[in-house]
Amino acid sequence: MTTILEEINMRTIFYLIRKEFIQIFRNKFISKAIFAVPIVQMLLLVPAVTFEIKNIKLAVIDKDMTPESRGLISKLEGSKFFKVNFSTFSENEANDLLHGNKCTVILNIPSGFGKDIGNGKPGKVLATIDAINASTAELSWAYLSGVIRDYNMDIITENINTTPVIPIPQILVTNRYWYNELLNYKFYMLPGILVILVTAIGLLLAGLNMVREKEIGTIEQINVTPVRKYHFIIAKMAPFWLIGLVDLALGLLIGKLAFNIPFAGSILTMFLGGSIFLIAVLGLALFISTFSGTQQQYMFIAFFTMMIFMLMSGIFTPAESMPMWAQDFNLINPVAYLMRINRMVMLKGSTIHDIRIDLYSLAAIATCFTTLAVSRYRKTA
Amino acid sequence: MDNTVISVHNLVKKFGSFVANDNLSFEVFKGEIFGFLGANGAGKTTAIRILSGLSKPTSGEVNVAGFDTYSQTEQIKRNIGYMCQKFSLYEDLTVKENIMLYGGIYGMKKTLIKERIHELLEKLHFEEYENRLISDLPLGLRQKLAFSVAILHEPKIVFLDEPTGGVDPITRRQFWEMIYETATRGITVFVTTHYMDEAEYCDRISIMSDGKIVALDTPDNLKKQYNAATVEEVFIKIARPNPATPQSRLGGTNTQHHSKLIPPKREQGGQNRDR
Amino acid sequence: MKRFLGFVKKEFMHIFRDYRTLFILFGIPAAEILIFGYAVSTDIKNAGIAIFDLSHDEITLKLTDKIISSGFFKKTETLLNYNDIDKVFKKGKTKAVIIFQEDFGKKLVREGKASLSIIADGSEPNTATLVTNYTLAIVNDFTTDFAGPALNNAIRIIPEVKMFYNPNLKSYYMFVPGVITLILILICALMTSVTITREKEFGTMEVLLVSPLRPIQIILGKVIPYFILSFVNVLVILALSWLVFGLPVKGSIILLLAECMLYILMSLTLGILISTVSQNMQQAIFISLIGLMLPTILLSGFIFPIENMPKIYDYISMVLPPRYFITIIKNIMIKGTGILYIWKETLTLIVMTLVFIGISVKKFKIRLE
Repeated sequence: MTTILEEINMRTIFYLIRKEFIQIFRNKFISKAIFAVPIVQMLLLVPAVTFEIKNIKLAVIDKDMTPESRGLISKLEGSKFFKVNFSTFSENEANDLLHGNKCTVILNIPSGFGKDIGNGKPGKVLATIDAINASTAELSWAYLSGVIRDYNMDIITENINTTPVIPIPQILVTNRYWYNELLNYKFYMLPGILVILVTAIGLLLAGLNMVREKEIGTIEQINVTPVRKYHFIIAKMAPFWLIGLVDLALGLLIGKLAFNIPFAGSILTMFLGGSIFLIAVLGLALFISTFSGTQQQYMFIAFFTMMIFMLMSGIFTPAESMPMWAQDFNLINPVAYLMRINRMVMLKGSTIHDIRIDLYSLAAIATCFTTLAVSRYRKTA
Repeated sequence: MDNTVISVHNLVKKFGSFVANDNLSFEVFKGEIFGFLGANGAGKTTAIRILSGLSKPTSGEVNVAGFDTYSQTEQIKRNIGYMCQKFSLYEDLTVKENIMLYGGIYGMKKTLIKERIHELLEKLHFEEYENRLISDLPLGLRQKLAFSVAILHEPKIVFLDEPTGGVDPITRRQFWEMIYETATRGITVFVTTHYMDEAEYCDRISIMSDGKIVALDTPDNLKKQYNAATVEEVFIKIARPNPATPQSRLGGTNTQHHSKLIPPKREQGGQNRDR
Repeated sequence: MKRFLGFVKKEFMHIFRDYRTLFILFGIPAAEILIFGYAVSTDIKNAGIAIFDLSHDEITLKLTDKIISSGFFKKTETLLNYNDIDKVFKKGKTKAVIIFQEDFGKKLVREGKASLSIIADGSEPNTATLVTNYTLAIVNDFTTDFAGPALNNAIRIIPEVKMFYNPNLKSYYMFVPGVITLILILICALMTSVTITREKEFGTMEVLLVSPLRPIQIILGKVIPYFILSFVNVLVILALSWLVFGLPVKGSIILLLAECMLYILMSLTLGILISTVSQNMQQAIFISLIGLMLPTILLSGFIFPIENMPKIYDYISMVLPPRYFITIIKNIMIKGTGILYIWKETLTLIVMTLVFIGISVKKFKIRLE
């Protein structure tokens, strides 16, 4: 008797999963989306999401008009970070440009600049930066100071013969960037986009699917059959778990082929992280679906949740810079974990041992969400 | 008793303070075609949901197919079939895929399922629809198919919730022929309907009103008892809803506009069968 | 007219009965504002830094101390050999490693030159750049103090910086306009497209079409409640930002609200357009969310400046209405400019709205035929 029961169990799940796959692939829209979305997202979004400073529009007010001031300007013109597109004598005009979004930085070289430098006194310049976007403003300032520092060095070495030689203590600083020598932003963002991808598939597509059955009413028919709670749940989650992993693989492939992203660590580790993450997300999707009567409601709640998790996860900004309460929140934020895991494995080659704490926590979250979902999901009223 | 497949004693179902099922007691016997009638809001759907294991009673004893509804719901489910009007089959699956799914869910072996598919398609004369999506089928065919799927696994009882709604008279007749044939095989048919003429062809019917059963007998006996020519008259006489309920229409008002169902052929049988 | 009002009322009822969606509609902006305002930040705070000191003399200790106590960093480890660098980065908590060469102090005093290396974890480019920069600044500072007056000769240019519009470099200056842009297009396009396609899917659209209501009245009836809802949402967001962050509207509020209404109108027409190309709700939701939301967040200049992107994105973002609206809001709210500076963007939005209406009407007519 027991063996027949066991048989029913496994076969039931098998039949249910098969039905799910048939339905998914028969739905022309979804079946296309599953492959189109990763491809489009990767190709379109990855090159775009960058903080790399390029072509910052710079307006120059040169009231000095000396070789020194012109030297500084040409140094800026030669820099790949800035594009000197305006030159004026009037502060008002320059401010106007700033208001009108025609430039982002104004460099004001007052008269007397060259004279001061010639006399051994420091020359002052004033940079005005449109700081609405605080992070690009800071980065622009960092690069601007860098160019000015370089120019500073140029002046010193030029005049090394004319000024008295006093041994000036100098600390020579060299700096290097590891794992991403050229500070290629794509390397940073691609793992992030991958996470968005996998989350979207798990939370949005899968959950919508679950709610649709509820909304249409087919769930009632399943309820009267011997199908047990966990059969139904496994059958709902399994296909999207698989699809999520396939999309992860697809995303990685595109990353490699289109952008030549390095992959320092082990692919298996990546997939391990991804698998556990998907379980967490699918459990969450199921949980949310128990609160939603319609697809629209579900979409909203799920989207809301996804946005919050994503913003807090450190995808665009470093999670460590967040206040303590935010970092505490991230303890239950599965996206934060996958973000870390992906970046560490892909770029630094971190091993399972290195990320073990993240993996354990993710597994705990996955168990938690799924248990919550299963207990809320009732077959009998 | 060996012949009883459903036994209900003092079933009460409350939703808050509203009593949907008020002390129901009745029995259904094996191989019967049992008609379950009542106005909208009388408590029929609630009762069926309890009998099919979808919900639990507030109090009372309910036994279906020999299993207790409180503690053996899963066994009940394995031994019953269910077909509701709203939905039965997955629209985006083909005929064959639906049958395979339900067969598998009820634990039938693959070879057995395949056999049954052939039998079924032959009997219903739609072999060519085997690989058609349900959404492509006309309503009548869908309902017949849904019924066949509901009894695919040879359950002891099949529950039919308004199975012939919206279907043309010829198809209705064919449907009832299927019901008869099923009953002959020993499967009990528990059917609710608004079509009073269909009620005539049940072995016994019960009429619910305001949560209580107000009549339970064979159609003939009821007609004699209430001095009525048709079951419809009986219904109108006793199923008058409480003026307090929002219902002002009786179920089955439309029957006046429907052409009478031509009595379907019925083979030897009825509640006189001995098994 | 009475019929029409009755219809509008019904639409309102639909919306208000759906508590969950309503809650989310107002909850999302509130949550986003709070998160963006308080949690998300691009500043460097508590960045993990590890020290690999081959000298261990008074000077290196002093310099290390200066770096650690700057408030930007948090010391994670002291490294003992070169191989540890890779290991410590792999653990993830350390963002940069500072290496002092051997005999650092001695070399600095006797020869006037000593070497220091900053190795930053390039997998987070922003952090790496800023960490490197801050460290450099601190080192320069230290050198100035250390060298005393002799160093004056080495500094020829003192740059000063004025962070305009946002002197305290608060991240919400950028995010609040972005959130408004996002939320409005979310509510309007998504919800409008869904409410129309739902009628299509459940067949009630036919019922509406055979009623005495004219098609234009049906569309207007569906759209008006969301217009009002979005407008209220804008007011709520503005009030929240003012209360929570003290973010004022520097320019004319009237102009701001007028532009908002234009944008809302545009988003609504976009929603209508989406509904004409979707067969059912699922498609409408999908197109609105994935097709509209992600590009808005990532390609419109909300977080990532368009200038930083490859040239082609400049062209792509030209068809994204949010790009224009973000500029408009930023200008009015934060820069305080008048319409003169943003007339181009405003005009673009108007044109887009008309185009969307035009296409929708055409498609609708085709359907009716």
